[in-house]
Amino acid sequence: MTTGTLRLRKGSAVLSENGSLLGLVVLVVALTLLSGDFLTVTNLLNVGVQAAVTAILAFGQTFVIITSGIDLSVGAVAALSAVVLAWTATSHGMPWPLATGFALIVGIACGLVNGVLITYGKLPPFIATLAMQGVARGLGLVISQGSPIALPDSVSHLGDTIGSYLPVPVIVMIVMGVITAVVLNRTYSGRAMYAIGGNEEAARLSGIKVTRQKLVTYALAGGFAAVAGIVLASRLASAQPQAAAGYELDAIAAVVIGGASLSGGKGKALGTFVGALILAVLRNGLNLLSVSAFWQQVVIGVVIALAVLLDTLRRRQAR
Amino acid sequence: MTEEILRVRGLRKRFPGVVALDGVDFDLRPGEVHVLLGENGAGKSTLIKMLSGAYHPDEGTIYVDGRETAIRTAEDAQHLGIATIYQEFNLVPQLTVAENLMLGRPPRRFGIVDKKAMYRHAGELLDRVGVDADPRAPLESLGIARMQMVEIAKALGLRARVLIMDEPTAVLTTSEVERLFTIVRQLKRQGVAIVFITHHLEEIAQIGDRVTVLRDGASVAEVPADTPEDELVRLMVGRSIEQQYPRERSTQGAPLLEVRNLTREGVFEDVSFEVRAGEVVGLAGLVGAGRTEVVRAIFGADPYDSGEVLVDGRPLPRGKVTAAMEAGLGLVPEDRKGQGLVLGANIRENLGLVTMRRATKAGFVDRAGQAKAAARVAEQLGVRMSGLGQEVRTLSGGNQQKVVIGKWLLADAKVLILDEPTRGIDVGAKVEIYQLINSLTATGHAVLMISSDLPEVLGMSDRLLVMARGRLAGELSAAEATQDSVMALAVGELEETA
Repeated sequence: MTTGTLRLRKGSAVLSENGSLLGLVVLVVALTLLSGDFLTVTNLLNVGVQAAVTAILAFGQTFVIITSGIDLSVGAVAALSAVVLAWTATSHGMPWPLATGFALIVGIACGLVNGVLITYGKLPPFIATLAMQGVARGLGLVISQGSPIALPDSVSHLGDTIGSYLPVPVIVMIVMGVITAVVLNRTYSGRAMYAIGGNEEAARLSGIKVTRQKLVTYALAGGFAAVAGIVLASRLASAQPQAAAGYELDAIAAVVIGGASLSGGKGKALGTFVGALILAVLRNGLNLLSVSAFWQQVVIGVVIALAVLLDTLRRRQAR
Repeated sequence: MTEEILRVRGLRKRFPGVVALDGVDFDLRPGEVHVLLGENGAGKSTLIKMLSGAYHPDEGTIYVDGRETAIRTAEDAQHLGIATIYQEFNLVPQLTVAENLMLGRPPRRFGIVDKKAMYRHAGELLDRVGVDADPRAPLESLGIARMQMVEIAKALGLRARVLIMDEPTAVLTTSEVERLFTIVRQLKRQGVAIVFITHHLEEIAQIGDRVTVLRDGASVAEVPADTPEDELVRLMVGRSIEQQYPRERSTQGAPLLEVRNLTREGVFEDVSFEVRAGEVVGLAGLVGAGRTEVVRAIFGADPYDSGEVLVDGRPLPRGKVTAAMEAGLGLVPEDRKGQGLVLGANIRENLGLVTMRRATKAGFVDRAGQAKAAARVAEQLGVRMSGLGQEVRTLSGGNQQKVVIGKWLLADAKVLILDEPTRGIDVGAKVEIYQLINSLTATGHAVLMISSDLPEVLGMSDRLLVMARGRLAGELSAAEATQDSVMALAVGELEETA
């Protein structure tokens, strides 16, 4: 019985690793045929820029989802970090590297608070991070007094391009993706995340310090959210307290489309990257085809359901 | 011939690349208990899944009441009166006993659930299996034994004529097994036909009428239930196992683990003992006597109130698994799937769980080294697998247990605590685990073994501790220990306090 199911399983593993990639390829081919404007360097870089913020948030979310948690606060934390960056750089005249560092620390701190509430406070991740969503969003509004803060020129250069064609957000996205892959595959914390998400009690009885690793996980998600917030603000040349609202759901969708399981123990950086690209390509393509924004939401909803449905079906077959 | 309620001829089932059933004949008469015996992977589960409509045979025929019948779905099986009680119950813990008994078909009046009728009918069903439970109580307030009875009552409520029981005794204590047998005998008298799966050979003569032995997917023999155990084992494994418990005693050294006056209010009290290098100490007692709680406290998985644990003469801090590990303790927990393994991860990852910390430098895990070590230990333990990348979920129970033990071998734990190490695994794998225990003690390791399998704990231990009601009721040397002396200690204190 074993060898047969195994062969099947191996086959389906290759498929499920490349399933979302396959989807992306199909999407790209279809859009190339449907619109002459799609497959151009300018447009593809545009897609990259549009994907960047979601992708960075989703990389952070990947850590959390692998431990079978969820982080609903990443969008709000991104906005708060951006506001903190703009505020310290303008009203306090901090040089931009210092202000950026400060914004990162705020993001990581928010993540740590999430982690403390979840581990020591024993709150379900859904509740703890929902509360943090409110707090972070509110603090951003308080600090900015509800209106956008323009970024000083020194900071908004981050949203520019290098050599006048390579956008910085795309570079940041790729760097964060590589960091995610390295953390997940090579580091102790990354491997511990898989074990905790797969079976928390077995991980604990094998000597993994579950509390500490969960703190690391949520802190990473917070830090990634801060990076996403900084990228977003520099693109817009201003920090907007209402920015990135609902982005946490896009991030979760990207992770899940990428093949991670909300019940934990599964997920990959590359999958998440592909998931975020699928969402961005889809939005871009629908725009090029001048599909109304209302219908776009319908299409994206259907795609999320289809992606997960296909994954479930594939897994059932493998059983 | 026609008196048979169920007859199976030449059943075959292929899964991609492998033959799961390769010619099974089996029949069942009303009012008999027919035991299905075989090692894990012999085809028992495949067979019962076909009888309950979960799988479909590629070849062969199933006759019900002498008529050729196809059982395509679970509903088909239900209509034919075939009910299966799996080890994982199909019950909803949060609902009441009565709601569970009538799950999906509650009595209704004008579309509204008729609670009065429901409780009355539930009461009748519970009476029929003779279980004392309040139909209004939430199911989760019942112990596992009474949940099982509820599952049986539920099957009877569906007018089951054939009851398939998959290892019903694996989770029960000795006295609960007795109660189950009483009910089974009662059902026999009512004409219910029972298919009974067990790994406990001694139960076969007690409860069975006939035995069908499966090996490698085929039925190899049908023998009466009073067939000697040696003969049954020989039929099952196709070879004779010379000695079921091949304990080789080794020379004993200094005490490696010392436990002094360990107490946790209301759970265990004043537990003191030691385990020496080269020694196997058995911890016997009834389920619920506090054995698992004591070893978990020693390992730091649970807290304790007072007392002391020393490894190699040095005291351990309380409630710290990592400290216990660093001192050289290892725990193979009783719930293999729930606490021992990350089921969705592969063999290599599971084997590396404990040693991962040590293999980390500056935050990075030496994965190549980890893989090499995993390959070595998997080979040493003879884990039957397609490769280290195989998900442990898909391994048989015995091979899963080898992986749990393997992660502690890699960590070179000086004192290995085994909590029910052979529960639910087949005879062949059991012997391999016993041999592993031998080689561990031969190299100066110490083993503390909890087991509810009396012959096993008697056969393998150099010294036996018996727990009852959270206390150590006594200590017996290998020479003094017999089934009777152990049971006397295990239940003795119960009677005293009762």
